[in-house]
Amino acid sequence: MPANTETMAPGRAAAVEALHDVAQVPGSPKPDPILIADHVSRAFGGLKAVDVTHVEIQRGAITALIGPNGAGKTTLFNLLTGFDKPDSGEWTFNRKSVAGTAPYRLARMGMVRTFQLTKALSRMTVMDNMLLGASGQSGERVFNALLPFTWKAQEKANIERAMELLARFNLDAKIDDFAGSLSGGQRKLLEMARALMVGPEIVMLDEPMAGVNPALTQSLLGHIKNIREEGTTVLFVEHDMDMVHDISDWVIVMSQGQIIAEGPPDMVMKDPQVIEAYLGSRHGSALTADGASLTADSQGGNA
Amino acid sequence: MDFGQIFSLTITQAIGVTALIYLFAAIGLNVQFGYTGLLNFGQVAFVAAGAYAVGVIVLTFDLSLWLSIVVALITSTLLALLLGIPTLRLRADYLAIVTIAASELLRLLVRSIAFKDVFGGAQGLNGKLGQEFHDLNPLPADFTLPVLSWSRQDLWVVIVGWSLALLFTLLVWGLVRSPWGRVVKGIREDEDAVVSLGKNVFVYKLQALVIGGGIAAFGGILWAIAKQSVQPDTFQPDFTFFVFTILLLGGAARVFGPIVGTVIFWFLLAGFGEVLSSLINNGYIDFLTATDVGSIRFMLMGLGLMLLMIFRPQGIFGDRRELALDAR
Repeated sequence: MPANTETMAPGRAAAVEALHDVAQVPGSPKPDPILIADHVSRAFGGLKAVDVTHVEIQRGAITALIGPNGAGKTTLFNLLTGFDKPDSGEWTFNRKSVAGTAPYRLARMGMVRTFQLTKALSRMTVMDNMLLGASGQSGERVFNALLPFTWKAQEKANIERAMELLARFNLDAKIDDFAGSLSGGQRKLLEMARALMVGPEIVMLDEPMAGVNPALTQSLLGHIKNIREEGTTVLFVEHDMDMVHDISDWVIVMSQGQIIAEGPPDMVMKDPQVIEAYLGSRHGSALTADGASLTADSQGGNA
Repeated sequence: MDFGQIFSLTITQAIGVTALIYLFAAIGLNVQFGYTGLLNFGQVAFVAAGAYAVGVIVLTFDLSLWLSIVVALITSTLLALLLGIPTLRLRADYLAIVTIAASELLRLLVRSIAFKDVFGGAQGLNGKLGQEFHDLNPLPADFTLPVLSWSRQDLWVVIVGWSLALLFTLLVWGLVRSPWGRVVKGIREDEDAVVSLGKNVFVYKLQALVIGGGIAAFGGILWAIAKQSVQPDTFQPDFTFFVFTILLLGGAARVFGPIVGTVIFWFLLAGFGEVLSSLINNGYIDFLTATDVGSIRFMLMGLGLMLLMIFRPQGIFGDRRELALDAR
């Protein structure tokens, strides 16, 4: 058992403890996986973008999916969330097979994602963006829509919940502004808050820190940690090692479509295979949490 | 020149029967394009479906007008499903291609010799179409309005038409301020984001297409009843583009956009025509003849639209702030 779990937040302590005895090899089994994928592959023409033999995501932990540009991280995200169809593969969410399930159904089941290029609904207000996230709204049925008494009470409860979330993300002063008028970082916050509005069991964040200034990055990291503390599982794609080191409980490294390493952040950064994937084989030194070359690499984006 | 008469004729057309037909199509298009972002370039097909349903049921099969209105709504719903089911899962452009093609296909189908017995071929269906409706006319036989030059029959159509148009406007208002409206506006902004929040986007798009098509079908019903004639070549693609013009003029995704757009469009179009005719008839313009007026008024209309797009691209009712957000 790691010595310092007493000083950690309870959610983090639980995650660290649960993952303590997990083998640090690609595809290692986790004690309580929320998501298990087998033989998921997707090729674009001749290029095999994703070819994952086996991967498990631990419930209640923050798992980072890292890898150099073009490693297939976002493609794997798209496949698991149903936004893209794999050539082959099976995966389960909460032990239930969900391969081929429509993306909106997966979202309703509790698997909610965000996008690398933020999708704030520009010409809608911040509040409307949030309310769109609420699930099971009777007023979204076309026949109820014209009968406000069938949905007014629910709407009011949703507005209250949205206000709480917006206050947490420091957006409560902006509720009547168009989402398109927010800054890039605020849009990231809004997208994250909106995803939480769905009430997910797992949030899958595609590069939540991309294009966000350093000050806001810190606050974003704090929010992601809070999501875990509330018992929601987080899986996020990132290629900036600094961020990953700070917040993740477990790191999965992808390169050329495959998972090449897994483990706690400290261990993964020392893995020669990971260093090679990131920097090429001639670099022998371990990746540091403030490695300048990595930060420079991450500026390039992962288009 | 008799300005009083020019004004009277212009106003009569700006809020008259033809304007109403376009208004219904525009209210429907506002649901589809304005709020949901569906590029429906075949709105005229829904109007034609409404008009032909009335024509065929009443004239070909000699059945009740009221039945034909029900059939018109069923036809427009089926048309929406036929167009929407294969295309709404695809990118937006496909709906545009399919709808414009389908509207022309439909026109060529109803004017074809093969179905002459049912649809009347190129001559269409002409006869006592709206008898049951006109029998209900409560206006006294010698009733006339000051300024506005409608016949008693047209006035009855206009009264019912505007009542229905206001009712549909109210319906749209109710829909778009509800959570349902929030979802369709979200779809217009970014479909994937709405999917990621657990909404079945396909169903919402289909609903919007059906609702918008149904409202447009009322334009066709009104057309058949008021003009007592349904002719295939009046349902050309340019009808749809005028409807788009009307919608952009009034401001898309504004509840009153279609009404304002329709009245201004027809006021300007009729106004240009009446003023030009009058100038020509009184000898002020001698390089044009009265027969040129029809096309020149559309040129002037086009010029007016260009000016609108340059100086007020959001339409009369639109919000410039919203438009600026698109550029980001």
